[in-house]
Amino acid sequence: MNEIQDLIGRAERIATRADLSLTTVSRKLLNDGKGIARLKAGGQCTVKTLDAARARLKALEAQYPASAAAPAAIAKPQQLLGGPRGMTHLDRLEAEAIHIMREVAAEMENPVMLYSIGKDSTVMLHLARKAFYPAKPPFPLLHIDTTWNFKETIAFRDAVVKELGFELIAHINEDGVRQGVTPFTHGSQIYTDVMLTQSLRDALDKYGFNAAFGGGRRDEEKSRAKERILSFRSTGHRWDPKNQRPELWSIYNTRISNGQTIRAFPISNWTELDVWQYIYRENIKLPGVYFAAERPVVTRGGVTLMVDDERMPLEPGETPRMEMVRFRTLGCYPLTGAVRSEATILPEIIQEMLVARSSERQGRVIDHDQSASMEKKKQEGYF
Amino acid sequence: MSSVALASTADVENYLAAHENKGLLRFITCGSVDDGKSTLIGRLLYDSKLLYDDQIAALENDTKRHGTQGEKIDFALLVDGLAAEREQGITIDVAYRYFSTEKRKFIVADTPGHEQYTRNMATGASTADLAVILIDARKGVLTQTRRHSYIVSLLGIRQVVVAVNKMDLIDYSESTFRKIEFDYRDFAKPLGFESITVIPMSALEGDNVITKSAKTPWYDGAALLPYLETVKIHSDHAEKSFRLPVQWVNRASHDFRGFAGTVAGGTVRPGDDIVVLPSAKRSKVARIITHDGDLAEAGPDMAVTLTLDDEIDISRGDVICAARAPAEQTDQFAAHVLWMAEQKLFPGRQYLLKTANRIVSATVTELKHKVNVNTLEHMSGKTLELNEVGFCNFSLSHPVAFDSYKDNRRTGSFVLIDKRANATIGAGLIDFSLRRAQNVHWQDLDVNKTARASAKHQRPCVLWFTGLSGSGKSTVANLVEKRLHDMGRHTYTLDGDNVRHGLNKDLGFTDADRVENIRRVAETARLMADAGLIVCVSFISPFQSERRMARELMGEGEFIEVYISTPLEVCEKRDIKGLYAKARRGEIKNFTGIDSAYEPPQIAEIDIDTSDIPAPDAADRIVEYLKGNGYLEG
Repeated sequence: MNEIQDLIGRAERIATRADLSLTTVSRKLLNDGKGIARLKAGGQCTVKTLDAARARLKALEAQYPASAAAPAAIAKPQQLLGGPRGMTHLDRLEAEAIHIMREVAAEMENPVMLYSIGKDSTVMLHLARKAFYPAKPPFPLLHIDTTWNFKETIAFRDAVVKELGFELIAHINEDGVRQGVTPFTHGSQIYTDVMLTQSLRDALDKYGFNAAFGGGRRDEEKSRAKERILSFRSTGHRWDPKNQRPELWSIYNTRISNGQTIRAFPISNWTELDVWQYIYRENIKLPGVYFAAERPVVTRGGVTLMVDDERMPLEPGETPRMEMVRFRTLGCYPLTGAVRSEATILPEIIQEMLVARSSERQGRVIDHDQSASMEKKKQEGYF
Repeated sequence: MSSVALASTADVENYLAAHENKGLLRFITCGSVDDGKSTLIGRLLYDSKLLYDDQIAALENDTKRHGTQGEKIDFALLVDGLAAEREQGITIDVAYRYFSTEKRKFIVADTPGHEQYTRNMATGASTADLAVILIDARKGVLTQTRRHSYIVSLLGIRQVVVAVNKMDLIDYSESTFRKIEFDYRDFAKPLGFESITVIPMSALEGDNVITKSAKTPWYDGAALLPYLETVKIHSDHAEKSFRLPVQWVNRASHDFRGFAGTVAGGTVRPGDDIVVLPSAKRSKVARIITHDGDLAEAGPDMAVTLTLDDEIDISRGDVICAARAPAEQTDQFAAHVLWMAEQKLFPGRQYLLKTANRIVSATVTELKHKVNVNTLEHMSGKTLELNEVGFCNFSLSHPVAFDSYKDNRRTGSFVLIDKRANATIGAGLIDFSLRRAQNVHWQDLDVNKTARASAKHQRPCVLWFTGLSGSGKSTVANLVEKRLHDMGRHTYTLDGDNVRHGLNKDLGFTDADRVENIRRVAETARLMADAGLIVCVSFISPFQSERRMARELMGEGEFIEVYISTPLEVCEKRDIKGLYAKARRGEIKNFTGIDSAYEPPQIAEIDIDTSDIPAPDAADRIVEYLKGNGYLEG
C-alpha cells in the first residue's frame, strides 16, 4: 500500500515538474491514462505492474530533474496530438466553455471566478486552466466561505489552489459571524441569505468585480433552463428575468452600465452526466466528501446530515451513528443531505448517478422552501 | 440514463467509453402555442427515461394545479419554466433542454411560435443544426408555418423535420397527411433547404415520437427520435477557408505571444501561411497550443491558441485567415437585420455592432426593404419594428473582416447594441460588401474623384519614391503596393520598367528627354489619382525642379515624397544591375551619383535609409503613414 502511495506521490510530482497532465504520466507509467487515478481511489495493481511502473518513473524523473526550470511549461513538446477527429459532445461543450471564459475575460475589466469547491466549480477551474494555458487565468477565484463548509472541503480547496497556482479570495461575512447567524439558530432561509447571498454581494462590491463566473447549469432546475449564459444584474445584484439579452451564435454582448454586473455561466449547456463524464475523462480530482466513507450522521426531517464538527447541536435523544455515506452536492454541511452509498471510486459514483432516480438538487434543503424558489432567490441576488 | 442495469464498475467504464464518443446535435423546435411543441419535448424527455422520480412527482403535482390535460400527465408543464409565464400557459422565451441517448446528445432550443416572439426563434435557430417545425394536422400549413420556416432558413439552417402533429385528432388519415406534405414542400421550395423530412405524429399519444406507430402503417419513414439520432448533419465548416477571430492575446511570459480563439472555419496546421486582418501582415503558424498538448491540426469549433513564426502585432478583434483565401474586409456592407427591440431601428442613428470578436460603431445608411415574415414579400419602409426583418446597407466606423453569412455563420454574423442602454437590439447576417464597383450607385453622388476614391475606401495619393539607383525604391514601392493590395486597396505602380517600354519608348536619356519622361509619368500619376487610385511612382528623379513640377500637378495633400536616402556607398556596393561598375568604367554617361548630381529633397514627407531599415519595415512605415494621415479611410 505504501509503495503504491509512494508511486502516486512521485507521479504527481513529476506531472507538476514536467507540466504533463497526470493522465499522460499515468499512460507513460502504466500504459493506461486512468491507472493512477484508479490507484489513488484505492485500486490495486500487481507487483509486476508496480515494478514496471517504478522503472519507467525512474527514467522519467531522470528526464525531468527536480531543478528543471519553469519554462518547460511553454517549451514545445516533441510529439503533436492528432488532428480534429469529429469532435465529441464533450469536446464541443469544453470548447464552448473556453470560448465564453475567454470572451468575458477579454472584455471585462475585473472578472472573478466563483469557487464553491463542488464538482461543477472544480470542472470550471479545470476549464479555466485550459482556456488560458500556458498563462494563468487573468482573474482570481472567490470562495464565499460560510464557515459551515465540510472541513475536508476547505483542505481540498487550499491544496487545489496551491497546486494550480491560482489566486484565491476567501470571503466570510464577518457581520454575520459576529451576530451569530448559523443554520441552527436562524433557519436555512435567513442563514443562506446572510452568509451566502449577502456575503456574495458584499464581496463583489468590496472588490469591484463586474463579472463573476459561476458553474450553474440549465439542466439543474426548471427555472434555470431559460437563464442566459450571461445574466445581467442591476445595482443591488437583482436579477430581472424579463430583461435578459438575447444570445445569438457565439456572440456575447458584455457591455454594462454603471452599477450593473454580469454572471457568466460557461457550462450552462452541460448536464449532470456531462459533468461526471468530463471529470472521468479528464481525471479531475474531487473533494473527498463526494466519495463514500464511514461518517457520523443523524437524521432530521427525512434528511441525513453529517455531524462534521462539535458546533452541530444535537437534539434530545439524538446520537450520531456511523454510516457509509457520501454527498452528491456540496453545500454547508448542516444543509446538505447525505446519501447512503458504498461508492468509493469515481466509476462507482457515476454508476450510482446513472441509476439514481432522484435528481441532484433534492439533497439541498434550500430548494424545498417553495416551488419556484430558485427563481425567487435569483431575483434577490443568490447566484 | 436509458441503460439502467449497470452491474459493475467495469460496465460503467464501458458505458462511459461508449458515451464519451457521442456526437452532439443541436436542434430547434418551432410551433405555435397549440401545436403541441412543449408536449413533444416533454414526451422526448419522459419516454427516453430522462426524468428523475422527484421531477415526475413535481410534474404530477404541477399538473393538478395548472394542467390542461385533465388526468393525464401534462408534459408541457415540464418544459414551461418561469413562474410568471406558467400561469399564462405559454412559453415566452428560449428554453434549452438536454437529453441524451446511446447514440447522441441533444440540445433542444424550445421557442414560442407567436409572431411577437420571432426574435426568440431567431436566437434559438442561430445555434441549431436542424429545425423541427410542428404543424397541427387539423390546420395544415399556416401563416405561422411559413414564418417559422423563413426564419429558420434565414438563420442558415439547411435541414428541417416537419412534424405533422395531432394525427390522433384526424384519425391518422394518410390523405390529409399527404396533402400537408405536398403543400409544405411546394411552399418551401424557394427557402433552399437541403432536406425536408415529414413525419406524421401524435406527441400526446406518443405516435412516431420514439418508436414507429402501428396507427400509421402507410408511413415508411423513421420515427422522430431515431431520425434525430442518425441524421447526418451537413457541416462543411471544415472545407471552408481557415478563420480564427482572435479573442485574447496570451502573454504567458515575456517572450511568449499566443493568439487564442475558436476556429470559425477551415483547418490549420503548423507551417500554414496566414494573413492577419485588418493589418494584412503575413506569417506562418508555428504551433497550435492546447493544455493537452500541441496539435498537428485544428478544425472548426476548436478553442485553441496559435503562435506564429514572426513577431507581428495582433490584438483582440483581428482575424487570422488562410493566406490563400482571406476574409473580405469592408466598412460598408449589405445585411439582413432582425430587429429585437421595442424602440424602432432608424437609419442614420448610431449603434454598436459586435462581430465575433470586435465592436465598432455602425449606422444603417439605407433600409432597402422589409421582408414580410409571413408572405416573404418585400415591402418598403422607413424603420424596422420589433420582430421585423429588413435588408439594410450599413456603414461602419472601422472596417471589419467578414465572410457572407451563407458562407460562414460565425464570421458573417453580428449583433447590434444600443449605445446607451447596452441592450442587444438586433441581429445581423451579412450579405455582401458595398465596396465594389457594381455598388457605386448606392449613393447619389456625382462621380468625381472623391466618389471614385470613396468607393475604393481610400483617399487617392501619389507616393513619389526618389533616390539613387539601387537605393531600394522599387523594392519598397512593390512591398507597399502588396501590403495595400492585401488590405483591399486599389493601387498602381509606375516605374522605369513599365513606362520606358511603352508610354516613353520614344524617349532617350538627354536632359530634355529626362524632363519629358518625368512630366509624362507625373501626368499619368495624376490621372490615376483622379481615378481614385493610390499610385506608387518609382523613379530616380534626381532634380528638385522635376519633383516640384510633379508635386504641383497633384491636389492638396496628394503628393507624398518618399526619399529613399540609402547612401551612395551602400547603393554602389549592392549594385544589383551592375550599373555602378559600368559607370565607374565609363561605359555609362550621366549616371546619377557618379557623374551626375542627385539633389536630395528638403521637404520629403518620408525619409528612409534602407541600409538602416529592412525593406519590409520601410513598407510598413509608409503604410502606417498613409493610415495615420487618413489616406486609407473612405
